[in-house]
Amino acid sequence: MAWFALSAPSAGRAKKKQMANETLIRVEQLYRYYGHYCAVNNVSFELAKGEVLGFLGPNGAGKSSTMQMITGNLAPSAGRITVAGTDLLDHPKQAKRQLGYLPEQPPLYRELTVDEYLGYCARLHGVSRGERASAVKRAKERCGLDVEGPRLINNLSKGYQQRVGIAQAILHNPAVVILDEPTVGLDPIQIREIRALIRELGEDHGVILSTHILPEVQGTCSQVQIIHQGRLVFSDSTDSLEHRLRAHRLIVAFHNAPTVDELRQVTGVTDAQALAEGRFLVDYADTDPAEAIVERAAAAGWRLHELTPERRTLEQIFVELTTAEHNQPEEAA
Amino acid sequence: MIAAIAGRELKSLFLSPLAWSILAVVMFILGWIFLVQVDSFSVLQSRLASVPNGPGVTDWVVAPMLGDAGVILMLVSPLITMRLLSEERRARTLGLLFSSPVSMTEIVLGKYLGALVFFMIMLALIAIMPLSLLAGTSLDLGMLAAGLLALALLLATFAAAGLFMSSLTEQPTVAAVSTFGMLLLLWIIDWAGTGRPQVGGAFSYLSLAHHYQALLKGLVSSTDIVYFLLVIVTFLVLSIRRLDRDRLPH
Repeated sequence: MAWFALSAPSAGRAKKKQMANETLIRVEQLYRYYGHYCAVNNVSFELAKGEVLGFLGPNGAGKSSTMQMITGNLAPSAGRITVAGTDLLDHPKQAKRQLGYLPEQPPLYRELTVDEYLGYCARLHGVSRGERASAVKRAKERCGLDVEGPRLINNLSKGYQQRVGIAQAILHNPAVVILDEPTVGLDPIQIREIRALIRELGEDHGVILSTHILPEVQGTCSQVQIIHQGRLVFSDSTDSLEHRLRAHRLIVAFHNAPTVDELRQVTGVTDAQALAEGRFLVDYADTDPAEAIVERAAAAGWRLHELTPERRTLEQIFVELTTAEHNQPEEAA
Repeated sequence: MIAAIAGRELKSLFLSPLAWSILAVVMFILGWIFLVQVDSFSVLQSRLASVPNGPGVTDWVVAPMLGDAGVILMLVSPLITMRLLSEERRARTLGLLFSSPVSMTEIVLGKYLGALVFFMIMLALIAIMPLSLLAGTSLDLGMLAAGLLALALLLATFAAAGLFMSSLTEQPTVAAVSTFGMLLLLWIIDWAGTGRPQVGGAFSYLSLAHHYQALLKGLVSSTDIVYFLLVIVTFLVLSIRRLDRDRLPH
């Protein structure tokens, strides 16, 4: 029932907000054990239409297992998965029609041509005979494969094979597209193109992608989830992740350096630390003391020549979240 | 869906040189055997004619050729079936099937049908040889039909066993060797129990060769047909269960 509304084209942020309540994927208390080893431990989340959800985590964190469960490649030990309102475990066929999946290694038959392969995928996904040719053509256009149709998949470069994999995932116009590390092993230009494609897909599909490259999440995703040892340790919007990146710290440098104590007296500064060659690290709490420092430097003749807000890298946040002893999943903002 | 999977399987088979070379080798060897039988028949024809109720051309040429065909195809059929599922596993294309709206049963039946169609093409080519004798003589068509039915059932059994073995492993060669081992065991299992009537019956019931040869004689009995169908269904069900186990927690 939701499917008809989904296939209508949509664009623009305002519209996106309106549709935010259209839940495409709902995962509830998902567990997966391999013997006694718990690969996925109590993972719950939702994906709405128009969202691109980034799944971050170190290797072996449970990203792929979670994605395999959502796509029906793996049965969960416990939990519920609902795809566009259909329970995946109770009605797998119906639910899988709404899914497009690109596994870590694209599932390609190398002895077939791109056209033959995509035609076969279209049949597998139940695209009706009349629509098959146009579906294949549309998917090829979106993935930049217009002229590759008659070529053997085996003879394509890795980047193009990856595109064929993505074309396969979006061929039947699914409500949800799930991509497992889609940019691994590609060159920077290809990575940029594929990221652009993912952003585009996010406009009228729900997209889940997994990666261990943090800038990729910043560049393409609207939501971020960090998974570590099978648990969700962070789940929020990319904007709020961005907020966490601000480090409340400035680097300043003077030709005519003041003492550390003089710097500490500037309004807003909580602590200062001297580095070599007239450089200082300045910590602050709530108000940014940059302006006050500039004024004070001008008045006292410290000859300020550098002032840089320090940002924490995503890597630092990542390490902080994944190595902390008491990780609590954060509430969504 | 089943047809789509079977069609892709058949296409991939014929895109590889393996299927073509197997067809060529099998046809060459069987052609040789056929000609040798025809030749010996033409030499012995006058003497055979004097034996009351003696063997005719169908008994002398067709039945032995189909008997040999069974053995030769037991050797080569694992090479056709070895890649059915193990190749999908190795190339990680099984994920495509699992995430498509297709059930495990449909996957297995599609794969099986793909292999079966290939074997039936082979059977049709083999059938041309005895049928060519119709140009010069008359055949016992009933017996010929029983022989072809026997070979069809035998090949269908080979395909099911090969499919199951292929579902167990990622290595096509391992699948081929174990399929061959199992088929050979099923072929000769009635060697055991000779001279012990109380167990001999059970062993000969299990034997592929026993049922195959019974049909080749022109005796179409439901026992033999049911045996083949039982073996086929067993292997197909086992394959479905094996694929399901990939998903389930263990």
